[in-house]
Amino acid sequence: MSREAILGGIRRGLKRGELPADQQAMLRHRLESHPRHLIPARSRLPHDGQVALFIARVEAEFGTVERVPDAAQVPAALMDYLAGQNLGPRFVMAPHPELEGLPWADHPLLMVERRRAEGTDQVSLQHGYAGIAETGTLMLPAAPGRPTTLNLLPETEVVVLHADRVVGAYEEAWDLLRAENRDALTGGFMPRNVMLVTGPSRSADIEQTLELGAHGPRRLHVILVG
Amino acid sequence: MHVTSPAFKANAARALADTGLQKALSRSGPSAHAKRSRAVAALPEFERLRETGRDIKNHTLANLDFYLEAYAAKVEAAGGHVHWCSTAEEARAAVLEICRKAGARTVTKGKSMISEELGINDHLEANGIEPVETDLGEYILQLRKEPPSHIIGPAFHLNREDWEDTFRKSHIDLPFDRSFAQRRDILEEARGRLRARFLAADVGITGANFLIAETGSSVIVTNEGNGDLTQTLPRVHIALASIEKVVPTLEDCTSLLRLLARSATGQDFSVYTTFSTGVRRQGDLDGPEEYHVVLVDNGRSNMVGTEFQDMLRCIRCAACMNHCPVYGVTGGHAYGWVYPGPMGSVLTPALVGVDKAGHLPNASTFCGRCESVCPVKIPLPKLMRHWREREFERHLTPPTQRRALRLWAWLARRPEAYRLAMRLGIGALARFGRGKGAFTKLPGAGGWTEGRDLPAPEPGGTFMDRYQRQQRGRRA
Ligand code: SF4
Repeated sequence: MSREAILGGIRRGLKRGELPADQQAMLRHRLESHPRHLIPARSRLPHDGQVALFIARVEAEFGTVERVPDAAQVPAALMDYLAGQNLGPRFVMAPHPELEGLPWADHPLLMVERRRAEGTDQVSLQHGYAGIAETGTLMLPAAPGRPTTLNLLPETEVVVLHADRVVGAYEEAWDLLRAENRDALTGGFMPRNVMLVTGPSRSADIEQTLELGAHGPRRLHVILVG
Repeated sequence: MHVTSPAFKANAARALADTGLQKALSRSGPSAHAKRSRAVAALPEFERLRETGRDIKNHTLANLDFYLEAYAAKVEAAGGHVHWCSTAEEARAAVLEICRKAGARTVTKGKSMISEELGINDHLEANGIEPVETDLGEYILQLRKEPPSHIIGPAFHLNREDWEDTFRKSHIDLPFDRSFAQRRDILEEARGRLRARFLAADVGITGANFLIAETGSSVIVTNEGNGDLTQTLPRVHIALASIEKVVPTLEDCTSLLRLLARSATGQDFSVYTTFSTGVRRQGDLDGPEEYHVVLVDNGRSNMVGTEFQDMLRCIRCAACMNHCPVYGVTGGHAYGWVYPGPMGSVLTPALVGVDKAGHLPNASTFCGRCESVCPVKIPLPKLMRHWREREFERHLTPPTQRRALRLWAWLARRPEAYRLAMRLGIGALARFGRGKGAFTKLPGAGGWTEGRDLPAPEPGGTFMDRYQRQQRGRRA
């Protein structure tokens, strides 16, 4: 079988057989303890500084950010954003408890549908799991309440993120996921899909000139709560 | 893909005479340099991260068998399947079988160099399944039936006129006189065409930048979002990956990701870095129901334990070709196979054979820029030199070149004879060149003098003659 052929070829090249048990145990320990390497100093800041860095990085990557003091203001902020961009009031929302709990009833003009996205949807409202200050990156792990298609199909994606979910480096976001997420299928922490999103979709394939909105969203807007 | 590497010299000559290509190259090279240097300058730790990157990859390669098995076990625990394939034929057959079982008629594809290496598209087409490339650059190349010329910007060799022209000829249902005044118009048209294909596809095939042993994830890195649509919308996702893509943990992968985008496009991070692990979970509203990894060797395990093992550290960032003076004038097609530039000159002979690609390691000025920008510190010039040695040992260099090299080697080992030969040669050159200052032509050295002049030696003998005279003068 090819599995044996490939592993055998590698072992022949390395001039050894299968690794002895003690070395395998050492490597397994490395996998389990997943040691960190050098983390750039850029994000080693107090939390306020990390939030400021996150905002600056999202904006540098052609995203936009609006800060609201508490979650109850999210619907109004969304309405203003949509109006400002000349977009209609219709949007598809991630069926996440934190978003479901927002005071939508106070804004009857907004037309919300709670589901995954389809090819014709114009605007999505997504739940942000974490923000990574280092590069202004959103971590969006797939879950029943956080469908992946919301990050991809609509022209405009709006993400609601709590400011206390902003961390400095990617490693800190992975540790949040390790601590908080339980995957029923594997017993591990990785969901089917984790997207790290940094700014709106783009392409430089045509004469190396940057154009926003290739296949994914052309606009990425973050409503930062708190 | 058909290998035309043996014709590198002829390919290169054609490339130099191609004005459209030269226009494209004169634009892409300098812009790539500037973007990378800006990103690197903004991260003071970059040089230390290169060392980290090299060490992570070396550690993985030294334990590659262990990490591959650990990885495969995690994929299977997440409901995925790993198809181990020694050769390109096995990999093509595995992909076809998955597609057939899925009853696939169309297959969308994210950009993947390994797919080019394996010739997946031709194989699917020959078996009645339509592959649709969705990366903007790959899409136009598929319409033009051209191979990619660069590993991250496959259509860097095209100019805007080529895009307009190809779209007008291919999208014949649209009004012929529509305007492409903005680059945006080209992008919009492609987006519109491909949206329908994404939604209709039965299977999505992507590559993988990394495989993670800790979690069993495959990782793709894109800016357009096409790879994500490819792996999220169809019922079946196939990730194609070669064995050296595996890294131990998310932390290891993260450190390499800090290097990748900066080296490749000069971005701090690409727009979409996505980790796929197994099948759609209970309650999920989207995502594939089947997840397959086609894990390909195709010659790589033979490199393990040899002087070429270092090449398996490559993370396919393209910095080496972006900074290569040879690539900068020939472009990627001249290299004659999937992987161009310095990394291709080292990898291609290893994968297709030094007999077919032995010319490539000669396509180097040994200026060392590739090694100095490589994020995982691959000693590319040294590896090209190893291939030259092997090419010579295996009698693959042309006979005249071999005779000349053998004569030189014989002389170099005999200092007296060497000096005598030099004295005769230099003396003759100095006599012929007297009053000229330089030779524009020399018998037997036409290839060298075609592009530059050889300065005529000053009268007064060889360096050794002069040195000895000077020493004698001092002693006196
Ligand atoms: S050899 Fe180094 S510089 Fe070239 S593509 Fe690979 S990682 Fe990048």
